[in-house]
Amino acid sequence: MVADITLFISFLILLLGAAKAYSGFFTKVLVGEKNVFTPLLLHVENSLYRLCGINPQLEMNWKKYALALMLFNGVGIVLVLVVVLSQHLLPLNPQGLPALPFELAFNTAVSFVTNTNWQNYSGESTMSYFSQMFVLSVQNFLSASTGIAVAVAFMRGIISKESESIGNFWADMVRITLYVLLPLSLVSALFLISQGVIQNFAPYVSAVTLEGVNQSIPMGPVASQEAIKMLGTNGGGFFNANSAHPFENPTSLSNFVQVFSILFLPVSLLFVYGKMSQKSGEGRSILIAMVVLFVLMLGSHYASEKFGNPQISGIVGESAMEGKEVRFGIASTSLFSVATTAASCGAVNAMHDSLTPLAGMVTMVQMMLGEIVIGGVGAGFYGMMAYVILSVFIAGLMIGRTPEYMGKKIEAKEMTYTVIAVLLPGLCILLFTGLSLLIPDATSSISNPGPHGLSQVLYAFSSASANNGSAFAGLSGNTLYYNYALAICMFVGRFGVIIPMLAIAGSLARKKVVPFGKGTLNTQSALFITLLVATIVLTGALTFFPSLALGPVIEHLMMLERISF
Amino acid sequence: MKTLLQSIKLLLVMTFLLGGVYPLVVTNVGAWVFPTQSSGLLLEENGTVIGSQLIGQNFSKEGYFIARPSAAGEDGYDALSSSGSNLAPTNKLLLDRIDASKEALHVRFGNGVIPSDLVMASGSGLDPHISKLAALYQVQVIAKERHVDEVQMLELVNQYIERKFLGFIGEERVNVLLLNRALDKNFGVLNP
Repeated sequence: MVADITLFISFLILLLGAAKAYSGFFTKVLVGEKNVFTPLLLHVENSLYRLCGINPQLEMNWKKYALALMLFNGVGIVLVLVVVLSQHLLPLNPQGLPALPFELAFNTAVSFVTNTNWQNYSGESTMSYFSQMFVLSVQNFLSASTGIAVAVAFMRGIISKESESIGNFWADMVRITLYVLLPLSLVSALFLISQGVIQNFAPYVSAVTLEGVNQSIPMGPVASQEAIKMLGTNGGGFFNANSAHPFENPTSLSNFVQVFSILFLPVSLLFVYGKMSQKSGEGRSILIAMVVLFVLMLGSHYASEKFGNPQISGIVGESAMEGKEVRFGIASTSLFSVATTAASCGAVNAMHDSLTPLAGMVTMVQMMLGEIVIGGVGAGFYGMMAYVILSVFIAGLMIGRTPEYMGKKIEAKEMTYTVIAVLLPGLCILLFTGLSLLIPDATSSISNPGPHGLSQVLYAFSSASANNGSAFAGLSGNTLYYNYALAICMFVGRFGVIIPMLAIAGSLARKKVVPFGKGTLNTQSALFITLLVATIVLTGALTFFPSLALGPVIEHLMMLERISF
Repeated sequence: MKTLLQSIKLLLVMTFLLGGVYPLVVTNVGAWVFPTQSSGLLLEENGTVIGSQLIGQNFSKEGYFIARPSAAGEDGYDALSSSGSNLAPTNKLLLDRIDASKEALHVRFGNGVIPSDLVMASGSGLDPHISKLAALYQVQVIAKERHVDEVQMLELVNQYIERKFLGFIGEERVNVLLLNRALDKNFGVLNP
């Protein structure tokens, strides 16, 4: 217990400290200033621009920025499709794995490009090394860069005065990938190898166990993918068991570092926001709201898991060990599970389907809120900004003044886009969950009876719409219906938020800055932080409470009554 | 059109850099600095691979410490189908499975309370560890099955207990394959 609390506190302190320390460099990269890597990488950067016919100085308005983003992500989807559909013809396939069926290939392509990494397949028996490296791993980088690019474009929209430009999409992508993601991934990958994460191109090894049974052990270039899987809040595992697999996450220390790398860049972005706007208090107030929510979520998750499953008797030790690894135990699992759903990561180091009902609910709630409790790389920031605008607007209504944020008037146009960005993912979650319950093919995928069955479907669509990618994995998702339905949710949940947010950025960029007056709501105050947290909780509660009541809440009550199905 | 062309070019260049160069650099540096780790911490005995230190195995024979139940593949510990059971806490199948495991353990290890990890499947189905509690729970019976002094057995088990990192990260545990291999080394191979 004391050790567990020590773990949580030291994790948070280390996270905040390191993220703050990194933010100076991060800011320099994002504004295109000289930084420590410039002497080494400027040459590479410039040759990339030359090769691709890109002028990095060109300023883009929000429409051009959005167009470039959509086209780039569009061709990304096509390339993933082409490769996984033809992997049997491509090299680096020592196991001779066949091509994927089209609907699964489509789901996978949308999934990796949207930073979701929902996986309707099991890696070790489906994907060749070539597919893992050349498309899945690459999209892990690019989808993360896309998210950060949108966050930065949004910051520029807030900061700039009467300008059309929100930056250059190409330059943002290249710089983020080259200066931020690549060096961090290299370091992290090597560290993970030192802990026992494998990295090779060998064929699967056949072993004869101590009891004389044959065991075939999978191999592959895991560490290079594992590093960016966490740093880019992607979460797509090399193996089916994801970060529960000992080859992906071998030690308690590798686990700690993985959780750390999920939240490192998202937290650092908030310090970047403070630096770019030259108002460090603005970034801080949002970060405080996020950390408050994170601590609440972690506390409830951990408490529920520690309380365990009262139906099991005659044992010592934790009663919620089903689906968990001994090396992690409850605390390291809770920390991972909360972090991965707070951000849009979706990697898991335990099977979420076997979590206690309330812990499972915590993970679901975080996804339903849109993953703004710290959030995914970039996506957490711009997702949170939608709530910030909403809060400022509500405050404006209460005091009867035109709402302002950072000196920019929030008007009908911004509000329209904000509401779209906040409601679209929620709409996907509820509509598709409802729809699925009416389709016999969809309900037959459910593996756990009783209220938990509803939770499985609800979790799937929450995860897809929020671009998380973790699952209540008992649900058989590899069906015609789920492959397409989840792909739609992932696409809408990603670009249905990005485009409105870019539109708001464009609109804010054009506005004049109004000086801070007596009636202006101070967005650095404790009052505002409280309002922001309340807005998030209320919006989430009003939208999702009925569905949660029928799933995890009732399951919890039944578990206490020792009712099973 | 120009934007589309730029997209395609950038994607291809990035694919080369991130999909080709980056993993190759990691592979080469990894193989050079951490050769055993990068190839899976494989354990060899007389030239044949007996498994990986990180991948759990089934132990059902007398004289070996047992591992956790596994949902990987039909018989468990199938390293090609890593998976948890994904059973919900309110699923009868889970509760019945746990009861069955408990009964089986009672037959071999007597009617005490059972460390929970010995009746609950891991998330990967390949968990190489059992808890410290679960190892100590088995000491007496395994010693008897091997006709070895219990104190000697306990000493060996104690050597194989892995601590929490810095005292607060992770849990105390024992690697079952390493421990059982040590049993064979120290007290002789079973059923030659």
